[in-house]
Amino acid sequence: MENLKEKIQAIAPSAVFEENTQVLTVDVDKNELHQLAENLKNDESLAFDYLQDIIGLDLGDALGVNYRLFSTKNNNQALVVKTKTDDRENPTLHSVSNLWQSANLYEREVYDFLGIKFIGHPDLRRLFLRPDWKGFPLRKDYDIESNPVTLKNESVEEFEGSEKLELDSNGHIKESNFQLFDDKDYVVSFGPQHPSTHGVLQLRVSLNGETVKHIDPNFGYIHRGIEKMCESYTYPKILHLCERLDYLSAAINRHGFCLCVEKALELEVPERAVYVRTIFDELTRIASHLLGWASMANDMGAITAFIYGMRDREKIMDIFEETAGGRLFTNYSVIGGLMQDIHPNFQKRVKEFIPYMRKMLKEYHTLFTNNPIAKQRMLSAGWLKIDDAISYGVTGPSGRASNWHNDIRKIEPYAAYNKVNFNEITRENGGSFDRYMVRLDEILESLSIIEQLIDNIPDGDYKAKTKPIIKLPEGEFYQRVENARGDFNIYINSKGDKTPYRVKFRSPSETLVSALEPTVKGEKIADLIMIGGSLDYVIPCIDR
Amino acid sequence: MKIKSIHIKNIPNEEFKDNEYLEQYVEELKKNGTSVAVTKLSDLLNWGHSNSVWPLTFGTSCCAIEFMCVAAARNDFARFGWEVTRNSPRQADVIFVSGTIVKKMAPVLKRLYDQMAEPKYVIAMGGCASTGGPFQSSYSVVKGVDQIIPVDVYIPGCPPRPEAVLYGMMQLARKIKLENYFAKERLEIKENVPLAEIAKENKAAKQEKAAAAK
Amino acid sequence: MFDFKIVTSWIDNLLRVDLGLDNFWTLAIEFILVGVALLAAYALIALVLIYAERKICAFFQCRIGPDRVGKWGLIQVIADMIKILTKEIIPIKRSEKLLFFLAPFFVIIGSFLTFGALPFAKGLHAIDFNIGVLYILAVSSLGVIGIVLAGWSSNNKYSLIGAMRAGAQLISYEISAGLALMTMVVLAGSMQLSTIVESQADGWFIFKGGIFALVAFVIYLIAGHAETNRGPFDLPESESELTAGYHTEYSGIMFGFYYVAEYTNLFIISAIATTMFLGGWMPLHIPGLDGFNQVMDYIPSAVWFFGKCAFCIFLALWVRWSYPRLRIDQLLKLEWKILMPISLINIAAVAVAVTI
Repeated sequence: MENLKEKIQAIAPSAVFEENTQVLTVDVDKNELHQLAENLKNDESLAFDYLQDIIGLDLGDALGVNYRLFSTKNNNQALVVKTKTDDRENPTLHSVSNLWQSANLYEREVYDFLGIKFIGHPDLRRLFLRPDWKGFPLRKDYDIESNPVTLKNESVEEFEGSEKLELDSNGHIKESNFQLFDDKDYVVSFGPQHPSTHGVLQLRVSLNGETVKHIDPNFGYIHRGIEKMCESYTYPKILHLCERLDYLSAAINRHGFCLCVEKALELEVPERAVYVRTIFDELTRIASHLLGWASMANDMGAITAFIYGMRDREKIMDIFEETAGGRLFTNYSVIGGLMQDIHPNFQKRVKEFIPYMRKMLKEYHTLFTNNPIAKQRMLSAGWLKIDDAISYGVTGPSGRASNWHNDIRKIEPYAAYNKVNFNEITRENGGSFDRYMVRLDEILESLSIIEQLIDNIPDGDYKAKTKPIIKLPEGEFYQRVENARGDFNIYINSKGDKTPYRVKFRSPSETLVSALEPTVKGEKIADLIMIGGSLDYVIPCIDR
Repeated sequence: MKIKSIHIKNIPNEEFKDNEYLEQYVEELKKNGTSVAVTKLSDLLNWGHSNSVWPLTFGTSCCAIEFMCVAAARNDFARFGWEVTRNSPRQADVIFVSGTIVKKMAPVLKRLYDQMAEPKYVIAMGGCASTGGPFQSSYSVVKGVDQIIPVDVYIPGCPPRPEAVLYGMMQLARKIKLENYFAKERLEIKENVPLAEIAKENKAAKQEKAAAAK
Repeated sequence: MFDFKIVTSWIDNLLRVDLGLDNFWTLAIEFILVGVALLAAYALIALVLIYAERKICAFFQCRIGPDRVGKWGLIQVIADMIKILTKEIIPIKRSEKLLFFLAPFFVIIGSFLTFGALPFAKGLHAIDFNIGVLYILAVSSLGVIGIVLAGWSSNNKYSLIGAMRAGAQLISYEISAGLALMTMVVLAGSMQLSTIVESQADGWFIFKGGIFALVAFVIYLIAGHAETNRGPFDLPESESELTAGYHTEYSGIMFGFYYVAEYTNLFIISAIATTMFLGGWMPLHIPGLDGFNQVMDYIPSAVWFFGKCAFCIFLALWVRWSYPRLRIDQLLKLEWKILMPISLINIAAVAVAVTI
């Protein structure tokens, strides 16, 4: 740790280390940022190769940016680099998108929400909002009413090109234009309404016959402004918005937010609640993987497999419904514990479900996995190398299929995960078939986790006592959880009020979509859809 | 006014909850000079339309998952003849707005609706599509799709249970049975004008006409 | 066994002798009658097939399928047809108008013409060409023109990709299908469908023709299935990639034509397979078992024909609802590198075997 601090100090003399933070946090001047980032990434002894998230926030007099870095080689050492712009009127920063591929979308997102221009970014367009949107919504002085509903179509030119800021040799900023596609390209647009984009995502694809040449995802068709809404909501209210981000891992996201608040409050959660939450998380994971499997099969044209997946998912919905009352959204974890105690039938139903699911998994393999067409298609396309996976930030089952050990349940165990034995499922090759198999194998692993917990749920309270109005102490809080799609991170910046100052959710799906570019290039259109299915992203989580 | 009993899939009228609404609907149609289903041919057509409503595969967020549940094995809306979900709006009869519609999506939804062939219907599924739902205070959410396209049935819930969706679908079928195919009032499509404004204009024009007639 | 020739010659007699019409008018009335009968059969078969597919697919998927419209949902398809007939037809602004409206008719006419040459039962045959097999192969491939035209004229990128796929796919698989049928022609020694059926009186070709017929039958089923554009060969339509492929822009009855043609094509492929491999309307005869053969003869020929068709259709549905879609390169590889060489070898082997 001290060694790391010294090294950073040597590279960036202006660096100031913050005290009393959850993770090692360093403040640097914006002019030294790029230098530091380059060293952090390329220095073998530091090797911060995974840029997890870029968090932009409005600091009042200036705009701040937090870079959250991890070193996958050095025991997942975490580091937060903070910097801020000079002013609000013309905020500029140096882009780090040449170092980490994941920065590409994150910087566009920060530009979209806060208006910080990144010098050297190859393609600085708005990410979520329309090109003709006025203002930057996450600034504190943004007027909510400033953009009424319009039925004017977006102009294609505006989201296919943008101005680009670059530094010339003298250090001056020069503007140039950026064009996405050539005039001669045959560009096909998949979405926003398309059966296989898993939501309202637009993929603009230039084709050479059936082969994909270039792909450009266009987000924002379900951008609901959740992060801005969180700033005016109390913490228990935000829980509901968390569920609606990645609705397939609803319980896990909600659990994550509860954990973050509980950590900030230093609240002790009863063991019973911890166990039940973990079981709910794993059930949610199974349900999500089932749907992922089903919709991937559907993308490849096997509709029967889709119906089978949905059929077995209903069994989990039944268990949820009996205990929590909700199907898709369980509304079950609350700050301090659980909404109510488990239903008397809960354990029995779950224990019935485990052998049933194991049997059904075998059927899935007979029906779909071992089908010659399916197997051949999955084995022949969509390779993602481990370096790309880390650089693009592809976490979760998709990252593990590329042999990246990134399971947060193992790295930073939360809830009851350090009390159970389970394997982190990884595979070597990083192809579509590997991603597919990781998901199915994880269902088995989740079943074994549940099996270990279900009989050992301790007696006692299901909820700790909390104050009627929850106020978080001042500070910045992070909590990572492993949701069904990967590394879901919650960032809360509190000023000590009953509402947060800034909340940021790291969407694992966002990086999954950005990883389409390296995986899909040179493959066929049919594989584009199949690879999309194998990455298994959820669009509302990206758009937030 | 007592409307004739509308039998849908052998379920009697009394099983449905808000029958007064349909009576009001008929009265309103009559008042506006639109004739209500009378002829045998019209009845036959309505029978066909109400029993074969093909939904467009369209989902923006959470509600889409519940919509898929309705289509899958447990609830199976194929029983009622809603089986064939079409991916092309040209071939679909009903659009389930399942999920939040945001300002960037609004023109796209309007275009999808315009692309559908008459007779076409809209079901607003879930809180978001009906009113904006939990995202009412957001800067980018359209507060109810009825601002953009005309909605036939609202299904409350966040997301609605599959049973609720089935109920909403049957309500739509009942509504279709009341229509007169030959005299269906078709909204004039105007580019880039929200529906609320068109409706206002239409209302004003009608009032003028009524005033002139007096 | 009941011969439908009795009925047809009775009608002919009625017109010519009893009503005293001359040759021209007799033929004219007979043509109209045949046309109406075929049209009715066409529509009826499509309706039954749509219903059957929904029920069978529901069965595979642990669902119930249509069961509320009429008893067991029997008239569900009629409701669908009423709806489709009265839907609005949307003319597309920047489409090639003439071709756009012409395309569905090509598809319908292609499949309808084939109906004329099929021997549905003993003596129930509109035209009995002496080159029946060739004729069927020729007209059933007319459909591809309709599909390519639809894709080209729609001014839609999905449609265009779908049409290009259809062109590549249908023309490729035509070869295997044709070669497989030719194998049977070599065995039968005739291209006339009635002769081919008659020559299977002492045993269907699938049993009589040994390994050659079996190979040809399997190849024909695969290639024929590919020609109907149904899963796992539904690349031109591929719902999850191209929304609705070549007919994305079609609505109302124009779309209805494609929808119906899909099912009648399925029937036609099964009917040809039945005629060429499974003995057409010929009952199951086992040489030496006279009692058994006589019992089999009591079952009407039409039942035999449609029963065998139903079997082939069920096979097709089974495959369709359990297999995922092929990719375009796999599809072409399957045809050009596997099916076509095998069928070429097969036909050469049969020729040698027959000569010896």
